[in-house]
Amino acid sequence: MSLLEVEGVTLQYKTPRHLVTAAYKVDFAVDQSDRYVILGPSGCGKSTLLKAVGGFMRPVEGTIRIRGTEVSEPGPDRMMVFQEFEQLMPWKTVLGNVLFPMRATGKFPRAAARDRAEAAIETVRLTKFRDAYPHMLSGGMKMRVAIARAMVLEPDILLMDEPFAALDALTRRAMQQELLSLWQQLRFTVLFVTHSIEEAMLIGSRILVLTPHPGRVRAELDADGFGFDTMDRTEFGAMSKRIHRLLFEPVADPVAPAAMAGTLRQ
Amino acid sequence: MSVVAPGTPDAGRRPEFEREPLDARGIGEIERPLPLIERIVHDDTVQRVGILLALVLCWELYARWLDNALLFPTFTETMGVFGRDIASGVLPDRILTSLKSLAIGYAAGVALAGVFTTIAVASAVGTRLLSTLTAMFNPLPAIALLPLALIWFGLGIPSLVFVIVHSVLWAVALNTLSGFRSVPETLRMSGRNFGLKGARYVGLILIPAAFPSILAGLKIGWAFAWRTLVAAELVFGVSSRSGGLGWYIFEARAELETARVFAGLFAVIIIGLVIEAVIFRTIEARTVTLWGMQR
Ligand SMILES: Nc1ncnc2c1ncn2[C@@H]1O[C@H](COP(=O)(O)OP(=O)(O)OP(=O)(O)O)[C@@H](O)[C@H]1O
Ligand SMILES: [Mg+2]
Repeated sequence: MSLLEVEGVTLQYKTPRHLVTAAYKVDFAVDQSDRYVILGPSGCGKSTLLKAVGGFMRPVEGTIRIRGTEVSEPGPDRMMVFQEFEQLMPWKTVLGNVLFPMRATGKFPRAAARDRAEAAIETVRLTKFRDAYPHMLSGGMKMRVAIARAMVLEPDILLMDEPFAALDALTRRAMQQELLSLWQQLRFTVLFVTHSIEEAMLIGSRILVLTPHPGRVRAELDADGFGFDTMDRTEFGAMSKRIHRLLFEPVADPVAPAAMAGTLRQ
Repeated sequence: MSVVAPGTPDAGRRPEFEREPLDARGIGEIERPLPLIERIVHDDTVQRVGILLALVLCWELYARWLDNALLFPTFTETMGVFGRDIASGVLPDRILTSLKSLAIGYAAGVALAGVFTTIAVASAVGTRLLSTLTAMFNPLPAIALLPLALIWFGLGIPSLVFVIVHSVLWAVALNTLSGFRSVPETLRMSGRNFGLKGARYVGLILIPAAFPSILAGLKIGWAFAWRTLVAAELVFGVSSRSGGLGWYIFEARAELETARVFAGLFAVIIIGLVIEAVIFRTIEARTVTLWGMQR
């Protein structure tokens, strides 16, 4: 049995004027210690899928199960790093933010929580800013705090929504390497959303390719063999081209199914 | 510094170069405190006190020039009466009476506002209820309810508390609700992600996140309450054994002791300033300003 099973999940937003279908009949399964990447063009429903796994949205159709039990509400077993910046609590310092979930869930004893928080802040190289408030940090630094805060809780699965998109190229590379080396140590399970093909191949062990809006499954690929050391190999380029084709080459889009009749139309 | 010579001595081409970074120690201290005089002159409190002193000077000069103690007593005369009434215990007693009603009314108003916002946050009907009630009662001057309060509660503290509650409740409830509503969705979701629910979610996420609005509501509520209280005390207090500041002013007017009227007004202003400038400012500096949620 997989750690996370998503079966036939359709996700819709109800706005006062429209019914927007963000994802349509999506299936995938994430195993223990997978680095599972969801890749797709902007607006195809990646964040929505992640929110559904996080328990913030209920599928209108299909099921999401984690360790065999259906996801019904958010919980600290699935820690989420959001795409947006305002996920840190502005009234707490960097240290306070990293400590907060450990205190709120009571998962770690007090003294241990503090040591863990300090270590996590060290890992994302923010020790100098430990006592700074979020408004004094740059966008990339805020993201690193959010990552430290999510990792430190050791969730069953880490949900990361384009966590490195806001970082500058140098920091992004460093963070990608950091994530991989942490994974080497801890072998956690991560569900990672991105719209960068290169990032998907570097980070991921499996890649789920989605179609443009509304998101449907286009392919699931094995990307275990690709890393920083293989970037200049021909296979890397070939795989990258293949994903590019899957993402952008037009296919005969089947007639929109009835369930999507309410999709937003411009 | 080493200049890497360009490949070709092409006239139009600018040469490339690499260099060692400059020695930054030349700057001396990276952060240098400004001279004492400059800091004092630019200090917020110092400037405020300066403005106050200038106003007092104008008052004194004008009153001396006018030379009519019945219309406009001098600052020194007012201070004399103020000092004597403080020393005799009359004024402290009046101030205490006023502050007592204020504290009871304010606390009750804020507590009720908490109840109303809780109801409003819990359901859509509650939200509509609160916004309708606020739209109805917020524009209603609290003092206009005084006659009704007198009929219901008679002369005394309960009537005062009633009008103060009215003046505090709507401002605080309205601000708190709009503060809760404007908490970013991502922040709410991250709170729920930690498994927070119910009272813990409200207390640990919503209230701090909405604190700038809540504090603004508390400030407006305080100003309304203080005004309402003094005005209400001016209207009655005639029969109550120990009146408040408003009553002190009213009494002084009846006896045509203008300097005492001024002393009463002075006390009203001083208390207002202290609460605004000391209490609320301190809270602000320690919370919303520190957190960068307000500048
Ligand atoms: N709160 C919302 N209400 C209505 N529609 C929404 C809402 N959030 C997203 N959508 C719609 O759902 C679709 C998918 O959005 P989603 O945020 O999941 O995209 P995404 O794949 O994460 O895109 P990006 O890569 O740009 O972050 C979009 O068409 C968007 O318009
Ligand atoms: Mg997104």
